[in-house]
Formats: sequence, C-alpha cells, structure tokens
Amino acid sequence: MNKDIWVYIEHAEGKIANVSLELLGEAIRIKNNMQKPGQVVAVIIGSDVRGLAPKVLEYGAQEVYIAEDPRLKLYHPEYYGVILEQLIKENDPHIFLMGATYLGSQLAPMVAAKVKTGVAAHCIELKLDDQDNLIAVVPAFGGKVLGDILCPKHRPQMATIKPGILNKPDKTEASGEIVDIDLNFLDKLKPVLKPLSLCREEPKGVPLEEAEIVVCGGWGVGDKEHWQLLEKIAERLGGAVACTRPPIDEGWAPGEHMMIGTSGKSVRPKIYLGFGISGATHHICGMKDAGLIISLNKDEQAEIFKVSDFGLVGDVKEVLPLLEEAFRLK
Amino acid sequence: MGLNIVVCVKPIPDPEKYNEITIDPVNKTIVREGIPTIINPIDKHAIEEALKIKEQYGGKVILMSMAPPNAKETIQEGLAMGADEAYLLSDKKFAGADTLATSYVLAQGIKKIGGADLVLTGTESGDGATAQVSSQLGEWLDLPHLWGVIECNIKNPDDIYIKTKIENGYMEWAGRLPMVMAVSREINKPRYTTIMGVMKAKKKPFTILTFADLELDENYVGLAGSPTQPGEIFTPEIGRKGELVKGSKEELVQFIIEKLRANGINVEKFTLGCEGGQN
Repeated sequence: MNKDIWVYIEHAEGKIANVSLELLGEAIRIKNNMQKPGQVVAVIIGSDVRGLAPKVLEYGAQEVYIAEDPRLKLYHPEYYGVILEQLIKENDPHIFLMGATYLGSQLAPMVAAKVKTGVAAHCIELKLDDQDNLIAVVPAFGGKVLGDILCPKHRPQMATIKPGILNKPDKTEASGEIVDIDLNFLDKLKPVLKPLSLCREEPKGVPLEEAEIVVCGGWGVGDKEHWQLLEKIAERLGGAVACTRPPIDEGWAPGEHMMIGTSGKSVRPKIYLGFGISGATHHICGMKDAGLIISLNKDEQAEIFKVSDFGLVGDVKEVLPLLEEAFRLK
Repeated sequence: MGLNIVVCVKPIPDPEKYNEITIDPVNKTIVREGIPTIINPIDKHAIEEALKIKEQYGGKVILMSMAPPNAKETIQEGLAMGADEAYLLSDKKFAGADTLATSYVLAQGIKKIGGADLVLTGTESGDGATAQVSSQLGEWLDLPHLWGVIECNIKNPDDIYIKTKIENGYMEWAGRLPMVMAVSREINKPRYTTIMGVMKAKKKPFTILTFADLELDENYVGLAGSPTQPGEIFTPEIGRKGELVKGSKEELVQFIIEKLRANGINVEKFTLGCEGGQN
C-alpha cells in the first residue's frame, strides 16, 4: 500500500488550468505533512499534451503519467473514465485530487463509481488524520454547515476542489520522470458518445477568478440600466463584474459564468464591492475569503453585512449613478 | 416513438431558507425546523425537459426518488407539473447513503421498472451539492452519461444532439439513447403547476418500493455501502465586524473611493458633481 497523491491535470489550448497547479501545490503540502509520505503523481490525458509535462514537473510532481492519443483530443468521458480506472487499479494511489470544474464534476464521480470509492466534492480544505488518511472539509446547505468527509476503507480517497480556493503554488526544481501509458486497450472500447466540438466564449474584461477587484450586484440593483452602471464601474477599476442568481434570472447579467457562490465561482479578490446583495448562504460561501468586503444595502439587517468589513446603508439606485460618474474618465 | 423517461428527483429543505439552518450543539445534528421541504429546484428543469420530450415523441414521464416515506407530498409536486407516475424508494436500510449508495438504489429502481430510454436529473442538489449522483447512476446502469446539459435535441433515438457547459463555453456532442443526462438551469424554464395539475396529481400512480422489492446487494446500500463517511460538522466562522456606515449618497461614494485608495487601488481623480452658484 503506497501513500501516493495523484493530481488530474486539466488543460486547454496547450495551457495547464490554474486549478490543476493549485492542486499540485496542495498535493505537495499534504505529502509534506504525512508520517510516511508517498509520491506526488500527475496524470495528463489528451492529444499533443507531452509539452505540458515539464511544467507539471516544475510545479513539484515526481512522476507524470501521460495518455496521449488523437482520440483523446476533446474530453471524452467514455475514454477518459476507463483510462483513469485502469491506471488506478494498476497503481492503487492513496489520494486522488481533481478540480471541481465542469470536466471534473463528471469525471471524478464516474471514476469513483468504476473503482467503487468515495469522492468528497467541492472541498474547501484538506487535512490528514494520524494515519495519513484524508479528512476533507465540504460545505453543505449552501455553506451554512461544514462537514468532515472521511473515506476510511476505500482507495483512492478522492476529492474535488473548485478553482480559486487554494493558493497558487511556487515553482520548484524539476526532478521526476514521465511515464507513457499503454493505450492499446482503447481499440477495444466502443464509445457511444461523440464529442463534436468545444467552443470557448472568451468573456470581456478581466477573468472573474483573477480579478483584484470584484464588483458584485444582486437583486437590489433593480434593473438593466443600473446593471450597466455596475459594469462600467468594474471596467474603470480594472475589476470584474459578478452577480448572484437574480440578475441572471432577470436577464441583466449575461450568464452563470459570472455568478459567485456554491453553484457558481469562488473568488478571493483583494476587494469585493457588493451592491444590493442580501447575503444568501450560497453566495457568501463564494466570496467570504475576499480581502476587504464592502457592501451596500438599504436594509440595515441584511445578512451580507455580517460578513462584510463595512456595511454601507443606502440605496443602490442612488449610489451607483454617482459612483459611476465619479469614475468617469474626463 | 414513445419514450420511457425517468426523472430522478430529490426532496430537500428549501435553499432559500438555509440562513436559518443551525447545528444542535449537544447532539451535533443539523436543525432545520420550520424549513419546508421542496423538490430540488434544478430537478424541476429535468422534469420540464422530460415533459417537453414527451410532448414531442409521446411516452411516459416517471419520477423516481430515494427518500423517507414522508417525501410523497413533495414528489407529488412533480406529478402536478405533468409527470405520469412516481416511485418512491424508501427503506430504513437506505439511510446514511452517500452518492454511490444512492445512485445504486436509484439504478436498481430503474431496472425494476423495466429500464428507461432516457434518465434525467438535475446537475446537483441544493443541500449536499455534490453533483455526483447523475454520473454514478450512469455507471451503475452501464449507460453513457453527460453532466451540465444545456441543450438536448432528440432527432431520433439514434441521433441526439447535446450541448454541455464548460468553463467559459460549451461542448457539443452526438449521442444515442438510452443515456443519462444531468441538466442545468439554462436548459429551460420549468412550467408552473396549475390547480388542475395538483388535483390530477393525487390520482396518478404512486408506488413505494422498499429494500425487499428491489434486487439489491446489501454491501452497496445505505451507510454500510457508502465509501464516504461523515465526520464532524461545524458552522464556519465567517463573521466580520460589519461596521455600519451611514450617510448621504455622496458620503457613501466618498467612503468607497477612500477605501479603494487605502487598499492601493489607483483612483486618479474623481468628481462628485458640481453645484451651481446663484445667478
């Protein structure tokens, strides 16, 4: 029985996803805290992905498995799932970490079902017990409750973590080996699904996860007109616009990619400015780790004030136009 | 062509009221008193999609849920939307199930009623939000599955076009029935229930199946069949000082700008408007 910690490396357009680097950093941290540490091992699946391996080694992986094949160009659960299943059965890792991304949200539980193990989903913290077993902290009820999830008897102990929860790791001295996975068995598979295309719609402005300032609006913004003021303010500040659920439902905000919360993104900007947000638990879960939190709400009793550094009591519809004017370039 | 569509639904405490949830300090259990139980909101999108597909191709929409016996009333909400019948898988032995054990029982429930051409779920539940049941259900049923479906166009059973969400974009797929899909909110807008629908729902077939009614391997059921085990629960410490700031709109704007500056955000110049003098 080994204590190896595996990390699934996601990538797009020849670049490793930030969440995968964050997970590598976490895997190294866990390894360093173990009584009897194993290796940190990365797994890369795709076509033309060999070039990613050196970077994965630079970020601390001691071994990199590569599954490279033209059939693996686009994410294909029926191939990817079986590749990971085989690899796990052959190597019996102790822990397996994946990003709680769209891909990870399907692939992690799929692989877990194939090898009959457990996954702690959307963890916010990973700890170890005195046997080097994983204790994963997961939010429930929109983050109102946190719970430890253990996976005492099954291996690997799997966990997924959302992008932006962990710190970005530092580069280290690369020393490790690259191992090619024998993919001959792919020929025997007869997948039903066929991935046709993958389309990315690059959002305007600064990506929400990387923004130093997040300007977030909720139901209290009131209408599309005021929403546009919010967008302008964010742009002037070099920040990103974000929202809670209602602005999407109302059609003010363009889509779920800018939603913060348990079913949206988790962010840790330097500054979070919240306008007209009531402070539902699901939202708070995604923004509570911001550096400075300033929120504006008409209601002195608003829940959001309890997690804010400053709670400004005022009318969003009056303050937004004035704020927008203040930042207007002369 | 007539399709058998199974929609898996989960009764959960109303997510709008999660602020009210507390932990009993003595028993270390979750206190959710006074919070109504509803159908997991995303599951209604799955029901809606099933109803739309049925309207196009005919067939049956069957609800399936693993929950305590008192969930009947909640699940009837789905019948009121227009689903044809419901199965509630309920047994003390199912208690404490994680996603793997839950999806196993659901899969055996689906097999019990003769399988399905299409199984739909919501992407995740509001309470646990693991988002895992759908994919694991697909594995137990040995069917292809996709998660985060935002569009589904069944041209015929062997030719389905599916669109799934990814970070900042989407993927397009060709698939064929039978399969399992977890739908996202964007896929549709669930219909409202009517009084007539509620009346009709009471007369629709509603079957409770227990452990004994299903072909189950005890090793995969309930707490004992769950690889993951719950440990301690606690309430996160997320409170901040919440210093209230009151004042005119100008003062509030001034406050924001000063705080931005103090935190190194470069606000070069700003104006708070001009006042006209007397003529």
